[in-house]
Amino acid sequence: MVPALLALLGCQLAGELLVTLLALPLPGPVVGMVLLFVGLLVRRGVPAPLAATSGALLDNLALLFVPAGVGVLLHLPRLAESWAAVSAALIVSTALTLLVTGWAMSLLAPPRAEDRRDG
Amino acid sequence: MDDLQDVWVYLSASPLLHLTLTLAAWQAGRWLQARAGGHPLVNPVLVAVAVLVALLLATDTDYARYFEGAQFVHFLLGPATVALAIPLYRQLHLVRRSAPALAASLIAGSLAAALSAIAIAGLFDAGPALTATLAPKSVTTPVAMGIAEALGGLTSLTAVVVILTGILGAAFGPSLLRLARIRDPRAQGLALGTAAHGIGTARALQMGEVAGAFAGLAMGLNALATAILLPLLWAWLV
Repeated sequence: MVPALLALLGCQLAGELLVTLLALPLPGPVVGMVLLFVGLLVRRGVPAPLAATSGALLDNLALLFVPAGVGVLLHLPRLAESWAAVSAALIVSTALTLLVTGWAMSLLAPPRAEDRRDG
Repeated sequence: MDDLQDVWVYLSASPLLHLTLTLAAWQAGRWLQARAGGHPLVNPVLVAVAVLVALLLATDTDYARYFEGAQFVHFLLGPATVALAIPLYRQLHLVRRSAPALAASLIAGSLAAALSAIAIAGLFDAGPALTATLAPKSVTTPVAMGIAEALGGLTSLTAVVVILTGILGAAFGPSLLRLARIRDPRAQGLALGTAAHGIGTARALQMGEVAGAFAGLAMGLNALATAILLPLLWAWLV
């Protein structure tokens, strides 16, 4: 488990450093994801302990957003003030984004090998 | 009664209480979700946030005190984001084959997210600061805050707007995609990651590894695309 955590935290740290040094418009962990991805390509496989530790984190990914979500507490007055604009923008724009992206990808992506076998 | 008071004072000063409450509220959300047969409104993030906000208001606890305990959970977001490289690596053959479609769909989704948010804010006369706060709502929190700041938005409100977008997308996204007959897991994942960043990605991972891999990639690429495109759009539109 420690080598796996070391790989994840090491990539994150390297990502944070790259973002700061190169002034990239990305969060450090996203750059860390790219670094780990390149590492897996070079190594040609996912070591079992890394797969296990990452699986445990990703199985509970939504939980990790709860502390930031509770921050809504600090903005309740501001949200109450402009609730109509905020809720309309969030609901309509999120639905539209889902549909535009999903439709574009369904239309443009080449059929998958599995689909061809089924049909 | 005084003893109880002492226990409360002791507990509320240590990170243990709010860390435990965060996990308990989450577990309650998971339990309710299972009981409700997966009804979209019973989203565990939504339930956990609502329960915790109510508790903090009722006990007059400020957010900084809460976060002393909850930061241990929050911290894991970084390594978990790095870990998204693993589903991506495992589904590389699918990603590589659909790369041009993926890039085009992602840019279309990124523009749709920013333009529609700006248009709706305009419709409601929201003013430039609130519009700049809403425009990057589909982008993962740290990047969204950076963009909002550059455009003159309210950065800390941006964080809240981003989380609410994620909860909304994760709760209703899968049903909406099904209604629209979008059944390809690559398209479902890409849509959830583009519209609802990490929370959408968490939901996509529950749908399967293909959807999860495309969602994680979409989250990262949409952060990049919006960071580049939105300031240009903004200079042109506003």
